[in-house]
Amino acid sequence: MTAEQDRFAAALLNPGAARPEGLEDGGHRAAGRRFDVYRNNVTVSLIEALQSGFPVLTRLLGEANMAELARLFLRAHPPSSPRLMLYGEGLPEFIARQEALAHLPYLPDVARLELAIRQSYHAADAAPIDPGLLATIPPEELLAARLRLAPALRLLRSDHPVCAIWRYNMEDGAPRPEAGAQDVLITRPEFDPVPLPLPPGGGDWIAALAEGMTIGEALDAVADQPFDPGPSLTLLIQGNAITAIEREP
Amino acid sequence: MLDKTPLGNLPPAPGVGYKPQHFSDVMQDPAPVRWLEIHAENYMGDGGRPLAQLRALSERFPISVHGVGLSIGGDGPLDQDHLARLAHLVDWLNPASFSEHLAWSTHDGAFLNDLLPLPYTDATLARVAAHIDEVQDRLGRRMLLENPSSYLAFAESTWSETEFLAELVRRTGCGLLLDVNNVFVSATNLGFAPRDYVDAFPLDSVGEIHVGGHDEDADDHGAPLLIDSHGRAVADPVWTLLEHTLARSGPRPVLVEWDNDVPAWPVLCDEAQRAARALAVLPR
Repeated sequence: MTAEQDRFAAALLNPGAARPEGLEDGGHRAAGRRFDVYRNNVTVSLIEALQSGFPVLTRLLGEANMAELARLFLRAHPPSSPRLMLYGEGLPEFIARQEALAHLPYLPDVARLELAIRQSYHAADAAPIDPGLLATIPPEELLAARLRLAPALRLLRSDHPVCAIWRYNMEDGAPRPEAGAQDVLITRPEFDPVPLPLPPGGGDWIAALAEGMTIGEALDAVADQPFDPGPSLTLLIQGNAITAIEREP
Repeated sequence: MLDKTPLGNLPPAPGVGYKPQHFSDVMQDPAPVRWLEIHAENYMGDGGRPLAQLRALSERFPISVHGVGLSIGGDGPLDQDHLARLAHLVDWLNPASFSEHLAWSTHDGAFLNDLLPLPYTDATLARVAAHIDEVQDRLGRRMLLENPSSYLAFAESTWSETEFLAELVRRTGCGLLLDVNNVFVSATNLGFAPRDYVDAFPLDSVGEIHVGGHDEDADDHGAPLLIDSHGRAVADPVWTLLEHTLARSGPRPVLVEWDNDVPAWPVLCDEAQRAARALAVLPR
């Protein structure tokens, strides 16, 4: 590495740092605030990337507060890749460490949900099973089968009504969130990810399926709570989230 | 160094930077727009709508893949993961052209999301040439390198920008993407004549031309400082500079870039129509 790009990069991300030396206008005068064009481009473009990547967070905080949070975050955690579509992975934990935001304890999970939706949007395509297939399998065989789940599926377990908060801020006429924990299933029926709340136990059951347990083993894993797999299975089918049923030979 | 292959397969006609909100418009009535340019990094996901749209577009239009994150001017090695993703996209799409910038954007593992300037010295020339060789070898095709928009200059530079670019062409066999808005912005900011720059530019190696909008600001001394914002219509003097360039270069693919405050499709088509008129007056 040359010291030159070290100094240039450090001064871009640190507004208190002196501007690098050896920079001029076209007539050999010091470049002065011309350097700030680059500073501004870096900071503003990354703030905008975070604002558009976390629309509900931005709504909850307000645009100016979100810009301030994004400015702190990008200086501590600039993107590690030019794929800005995935930028902000560390933001939930960063928010959780901000004392000024401690009175909004659901914010990190809102950020996690928005990240998961973005990851789902860009995940690989996979053809779903024919929904009629499940009905053709005898119950004992179904319990011994494993479900292969779509790459676009995401699961989020939250102590907060995070799906309701998301919906309230994204959809006109959505009901006000009520306090309570929520497991959220994100599926991508076609191109747009859909987050839906799961019934109690649904998050644990789908997590067990995703780990590769058979349907029966996954039911055993949630046996300590009253759980009917029917509604959760329906959400998986409607979300085009099952791509194969693997049965023992 | 790659053998002399064509400077890409884009038609010498107007193209525009593709934005997803224009998908239906483009498919229904492209009007004067004959080809599209995409930013490579926006299509480096694994699937979903972006890649599905790109597949559909590529069945109807020649596509130019324009990278904004390879950091060819960076002083460290090229990001091998990023180069692999680029190779994957180019292999899958087989685009009519691939281009990148004479700039750096990644440092010490951090992607800074801007096209940052480099001094023009023997050392930077050798480094950029080695990076271009590596990219062309990896992609198995000739690439176009775009001239930057400059807000400042380096005291240590010993090459002019046009000589620097011409020498890169000579060493690597790459082609060039001439952004005439960047020429106008740099000329205003650094106090040279934009036509002199175009006249000194190795126009035979130009496989594509860009035009775009810029904003106006001022430096510490009140001198005009133009910002390459791509957020408005192309300024009149930039159209004039395009006409001057085309008169010397002959017909070339001309792209209208509008990346921020993106307008409705008909507005973008009007800009493309203006590029079409600039091409239409050239002798055949």
